[in-house]
Amino acid sequence: MKKTLIVMIGFLLPVMGFAAGGGASFPSDDITIDWDDKASMQRGARTFVNYCMSCHEASYSRYNRVGADLEIDDAQVSENLIFTTDKNGDKTKVGALMTNSMGADYASEAFGIIPPDLSLIARSRGVDWLYNYLRAFYVDESRPFGMNNGVFDKVGMPHVLADLQGYQVPKMAMKVDANGDQIEAIVGFDIVKPGALSKSEFDQTIYDLVGFLDYVSEPYRQTRQNVGTGVIIFLFLFLILAYFLKKEFWKDIN
Amino acid sequence: MSNDNTDKGLLGWVDERFPLTKLWEEHISKYYAPKNFNFWYFFGSLNLLVLILQIVTGIFLTMHYKPDGAQAFISVEHIMRDVDWGWLIRYLHSTGASAFFVVVYLHMFRGLMYGSYQKPRELIWVFGMFIFLALMAEAFMGYLLPWGQMSFWGAQVIISLFGAIPIIGDDLTLWIRGDFVISDATLNRFFALHVIAVPLVLIMLVVMHIIALHEVGSNNPEGIEIKKHKDVNGVPLDGIPFHPYYTVKDIVGVVSFLILFCGVVFFMPEMGGYFLEHANFIPANPFKTPEHIAPVWYFTPFYAILRAVPHKLSGVLAMFGAIAVLFVLPWLDRGKVHSIRYRANSFKWLLAMLVISFIGLGYLGALPPTELRTFFARVFSLGYFGFFLGIWWISKNEKTKPVPERIL
Repeated sequence: MKKTLIVMIGFLLPVMGFAAGGGASFPSDDITIDWDDKASMQRGARTFVNYCMSCHEASYSRYNRVGADLEIDDAQVSENLIFTTDKNGDKTKVGALMTNSMGADYASEAFGIIPPDLSLIARSRGVDWLYNYLRAFYVDESRPFGMNNGVFDKVGMPHVLADLQGYQVPKMAMKVDANGDQIEAIVGFDIVKPGALSKSEFDQTIYDLVGFLDYVSEPYRQTRQNVGTGVIIFLFLFLILAYFLKKEFWKDIN
Repeated sequence: MSNDNTDKGLLGWVDERFPLTKLWEEHISKYYAPKNFNFWYFFGSLNLLVLILQIVTGIFLTMHYKPDGAQAFISVEHIMRDVDWGWLIRYLHSTGASAFFVVVYLHMFRGLMYGSYQKPRELIWVFGMFIFLALMAEAFMGYLLPWGQMSFWGAQVIISLFGAIPIIGDDLTLWIRGDFVISDATLNRFFALHVIAVPLVLIMLVVMHIIALHEVGSNNPEGIEIKKHKDVNGVPLDGIPFHPYYTVKDIVGVVSFLILFCGVVFFMPEMGGYFLEHANFIPANPFKTPEHIAPVWYFTPFYAILRAVPHKLSGVLAMFGAIAVLFVLPWLDRGKVHSIRYRANSFKWLLAMLVISFIGLGYLGALPPTELRTFFARVFSLGYFGFFLGIWWISKNEKTKPVPERIL
């Protein structure tokens, strides 16, 4: 049986070899979100409501849930995170969904598309992609907003965080792509007009923001893992019991 | 109440009106199973466990889910975020779908190894194949319900396959969808079929599968009939009552399975994009085709066969043929020996070829096609069908080893 298994794996190896290669996008850094760093996620939430929520929504998420999970009390949530009014003209309540006031018609007219809801963006794109994308805007006069992106070519979104990051231009060089062809690709950026933040400060801001987006994509993740740990421990104890029960019953079977 | 029954209690009263004790004895406490079941025999009871899990979690999901093109996606997120323990119920159900196929495939592999489809168990196998078919329909329609991009486009691709059928193809796809594209009408009918029609069929088939099994008795890793040697009471000498022996043994299997299952549910519910695809976290958009459309992992072997054939209708026929050929396996295999332990080496090689081909096809079906991948998909497709042709060929004059009379 073991021999057969080895032969089987041997047959499958050549197939495993041709997994998809990397693209030409830049940058391509990996990050790990620290779910216990509530301060980071609070800063991310602030960046999100200040810079993203004018156009985007997180419409599956509620303000007070974010407050409870990120350890911000309702009064502070109302003061620091809510800038919209409800349909009666009163300030949006903390139990409301995180929506904005931009109508679909206006959005389509201004941007050509409705800016996507960001509640689940970290689950569809992944945190690494977001972290790279948000730092990859560069000056490109051929584009309608004068900006392009090293991760998302010909992106429709303007460089909203320009006053923080500043403006940058790409450094180009020849590179070998996934098909083995030589292509001209972005290998770095030069800041041409500095923003309010240094590079490391801006990277941290984006990390915080992506951390918040990761949180808001699955707010129950820590509960899930905590419950899961208990469940698995219980099952292991149960397994011991079940094993000895089986052994006891099977004693008289040869 | 008559006096005769007073000393027999409630059970006696029921037994005179309904064969409760009789059923219990026939199917559980006096159902004699071979004493030598191994690891591979856990998967039958695990299938039943997952079926019940899917039904129970499904019932709770329908309490909050809205089968409406405008609300379906939002209602799933509502379940995940606003419904108490909703995330758990949904992850149990989504992981349960994949787990169902894991245990079904292993259960089928067990049948192949030990010849459980051979005479006199042909009908058990055929009912099992109908269960497999119904399960695929159930999973396919269930996958549309979250109404994400992959739900929408996956269904679009698969339903359009029916368009390859000559003459009636276009009308047939229109009839299935209830619209010219996947739409609210499609979602509603898939919901109805997913929560009522197919589950009813599945449960009925499972009952028939078990009745047929208990009629002829279980096969075993030795592939010999325990009913050939009985004691004076008619009890098979190598058989043991299902309860308590296999009930307590199956508890070990169930708990072990649940440890792995809960590991996925609680720690990796997306399973790296294989159980919940990344693109399915984007709401369905009929105007935007995703870069790469791949079915969920349990369909990828058959999808790879479809793509391996250059002609569309032939590809569709090959794909359905890959499932259809399983139904006739009991009659393709002309061998008299059941278990892999006593069959010829050629059988072992054929089975290894089938497993390699199936896994290879599953891997390739999840990736976008390239020239090299298509070449391998063709090789593996030949390997898959080659098993069935090969087993017919070798089983005519198979050089088998001597089979023991009794289980040692």
